[in-house]
Amino acid sequence: MSTASVPLPAWINYGVIPLLNLILAFFFSGLVVWAIGENPFEALNFLIQGALGRGDAIGFTLFYATSFIFTGLSVAVAFHAGLFNIGSEGQAYVGGLGAALVALSLDHYVPWYVTMPFAVIGAALFGAAWAFIPAWLQAKRGSHIVITTIMFNFIGAALMVYLLVNVFIVPGKMAPETRTFLAGGQLPKLDWLMALFGMKLGPAPFNVSFIIALVMCYLVWLLIWRTKLGYEMRTLGVSPTAAIYAGIPYVRTVIIAMLISGGLAGMMSLNAVMGASARLQVEFVAGAGFVGIAVSLMGRSHPVGIIFAALLFGILYQGGADLSFEMPNITRDMIVVIQGLVIFFAGALEYMLRPAMVRLYQTATGK
Amino acid sequence: MSLQSSANEPAIELVGIDKKFGAVHANKNINLSVGKGSIHGIIGENGAGKSTLMSILYGFYHADEGEIRIQGKPVTIRDSQAAIAAGIGMVHQHFMLVENFTVLENVMLGAEGGQLLAKGVAGARKELKRLEKDYGLEVDPDAVIEELPVGSQQRVEILKALYRGAEILILDEPTGVLTPAEADHLFRILQVLRDQGKTIILITHKLREIMAITDTVSVMRRGEMVATRKTAETTVAELAELMVGRRVLLRVEKGDANPGPVLLSVKNLTVKDGRGVTMVDDVSFDVRAGEIVGIAGVAGNGQSELLEALAGIRKPVSGEILIDGKPVEAADPALLRQLGLAHIPEDRHHMGLVLKFEEYENSILGYHHDPRYGHGAMLDLDAIRRQAEEQIEKYDIRPPNPRLKTANFSGGNQQKIVVAREIERDPKMLLIGQPTRGVDIGAIEFIHRRIIEMRDAGKAVLLVSVELDEIRSLSDRILVMFAGKVVGEKSADADEQTLGLMMAGIAA
Ligand SMILES: Nc1ncnc2c1ncn2[C@@H]1O[C@H](COP(=O)(O)OP(=O)(O)OP(=O)(O)O)[C@@H](O)[C@H]1O
Ligand SMILES: [Mg+2]
Repeated sequence: MSTASVPLPAWINYGVIPLLNLILAFFFSGLVVWAIGENPFEALNFLIQGALGRGDAIGFTLFYATSFIFTGLSVAVAFHAGLFNIGSEGQAYVGGLGAALVALSLDHYVPWYVTMPFAVIGAALFGAAWAFIPAWLQAKRGSHIVITTIMFNFIGAALMVYLLVNVFIVPGKMAPETRTFLAGGQLPKLDWLMALFGMKLGPAPFNVSFIIALVMCYLVWLLIWRTKLGYEMRTLGVSPTAAIYAGIPYVRTVIIAMLISGGLAGMMSLNAVMGASARLQVEFVAGAGFVGIAVSLMGRSHPVGIIFAALLFGILYQGGADLSFEMPNITRDMIVVIQGLVIFFAGALEYMLRPAMVRLYQTATGK
Repeated sequence: MSLQSSANEPAIELVGIDKKFGAVHANKNINLSVGKGSIHGIIGENGAGKSTLMSILYGFYHADEGEIRIQGKPVTIRDSQAAIAAGIGMVHQHFMLVENFTVLENVMLGAEGGQLLAKGVAGARKELKRLEKDYGLEVDPDAVIEELPVGSQQRVEILKALYRGAEILILDEPTGVLTPAEADHLFRILQVLRDQGKTIILITHKLREIMAITDTVSVMRRGEMVATRKTAETTVAELAELMVGRRVLLRVEKGDANPGPVLLSVKNLTVKDGRGVTMVDDVSFDVRAGEIVGIAGVAGNGQSELLEALAGIRKPVSGEILIDGKPVEAADPALLRQLGLAHIPEDRHHMGLVLKFEEYENSILGYHHDPRYGHGAMLDLDAIRRQAEEQIEKYDIRPPNPRLKTANFSGGNQQKIVVAREIERDPKMLLIGQPTRGVDIGAIEFIHRRIIEMRDAGKAVLLVSVELDEIRSLSDRILVMFAGKVVGEKSADADEQTLGLMMAGIAA
């Protein structure tokens, strides 16, 4: 408490402290691994190799990271306006419907780069639409957004299953999914990008939506720190009373922030639906919306931080899968525990190391 | 009497205290010795480093260099617990009380004494009784904090410190939020405390208070301790000069008002607060171009709600607000700004500023849609920072850094940020609430002069202040509010007594 307002240079704040947090997280994860009788160093090696060791491993890592960037941005935008959007999961899911509808209608007629802009819009629109009702309820009725967005995750999941089972299912097939999109409805892989670094992508679904995600990072940065709307959102986010004083319209700002947030979540589906599986499947979001919360928290709601945090979680996802394959003792659930530890140290305990760092810094600089 | 003892045994000594915040040298080699059983005042301009010095003493900050000695013994104060253990108590400017707890619960909080509450409660109640009796600190132990007036809340803060065995009590601008009567009450308590051997450090901008109650006084300027005097041997004028480094006009000079047409008009306005209590009751008045109308009243008699209603922050229940003769359509601060109304709110921390923002971001709060600050959807940061720098220069805001987080400016400098923003807009009408709360005398002089310039430039100014002196020296007409009603109007030369009686609801 006493050191909270002592300024630290950025390289400590954004470099040393996150790094130490990460090391702590890995240290405790190591203890867990050791406790179940495996060698932590070997495990770490499997994890890193599995995530970064080969071209296709990197491709998978980046593929996951792409999804997490979208959902991380989604959570961050809402957060800047003081809203805790837990609904990125459902918004991404429903966003997939938008992307799929565009792909299904256009893939016969046009090449992918014509489909893509429409798909981006479609995914964003559907994601935003799914965020609209909770946003409206929060703005007009004061129903807490955390509760309503969680509810909408469930409603969204039920809706999608219904649609996939009853409407989109290919007659005669068992799987509740749409038909496979033709090339005109798919986002091509970025194998050329990997080739630039002399690596082979192999089967990994790393695709063009990564570039869309990076563009969105830039646009979100622009929105939050360079536009009047972003200024209004941030004012509302940190001081609702000052926002009233400044004449910032609450209802409008809340709704717009949530629409943007939902839109960004919806775009996550570009990666999974059009980039990877080339069809709309049940549960394609697979928790990416919730990971977005951790990513945003860790990345301090800043696009650059979100990119790094998304990469980290991409590594944990991909490397974790490999690890549990190589060390059957370490189950998928163990991997979730490790991810949890990372979230715990990097996000929730963000300020744990700060006081010590302040003291260290003060002694080191002789002040 | 206590000067004697203070010369003999110091309760606190600060030796060579030094503190830097980045480029800001907040405390430079401070030496200070406060005698046991005395009241020691610390004064100084905004940003002089007073709060920083006290925060070091209380363990919120750590000195880069220097030593603290308590009753002659060197101590290290790592955090506030250590400060409490060393017998230091602090009454913060912003109270640290749990709003929906009772007095007793607040006093006990963190010092419950054991796992079972009941025993602690009984003991605490007894101890509280004793403290009340010894020091004249009457508050109902079972009252809930949020229902108590500010003055009583402050007494709870003092009780909290005493309950923890404080021998040394630090009060940082304790009277800023108090009515004059509450302030008098506080001073009586402080005198009792001193007579019982407690040591008190009092920070204030009001030299009157320094003269009235302290035994010794120290002056800080730009991080340095420039002088220490026995209060009996100094004068207000000398202190003011020591503080600012030049002679200060303690009273504003202003010519006669030249009232023009009515700009702002209020008709039968009734306003309720959040709980539905009528706070402004059927109030009507006019403010003309080129005059300052002051609203006098004891805090809590509806002035705040009136100001908020006029600023569009609070929706009136009935009645009308007219600007330039036209009724205002909606309670909308943005609309009112467009109509030429600027507002310096009473509460700068919650309304006037976003403390987490950098200074330049606050310099456009409420005006961010102005095309000067960017076209279309975008903000033009260069333009915003440029005008922020101009305001900083013109209003002598320290440190002169538009990129500094607003929370890290001293209280008085924060107020200057708000005043600069609102006045520099060149509005037609200006609503002002407590313009000089927590502001040093040099800056008060400056802000008062700006307000009078606004008047002379033909603006309509409505001023709300609990400082009767301020109302009397600035206003051309004075309206007195009591229990939500305007109980009378007086000219600027009305004497304090008459106004005082009206404010108490006794005479009209
Ligand atoms: N946490 C901080 N980070 C950076 N600068 C700070 C911080 N706290 C205080 N300062 C700076 O240190 C200087 C002294 O501030 P301090 O609050 O001690 O002034 P003060 O004498 O109490 O003023 P006031 O009368 O306005 O309350 C100011 O320039 C202020 O901006
Ligand atoms: Mg201060």
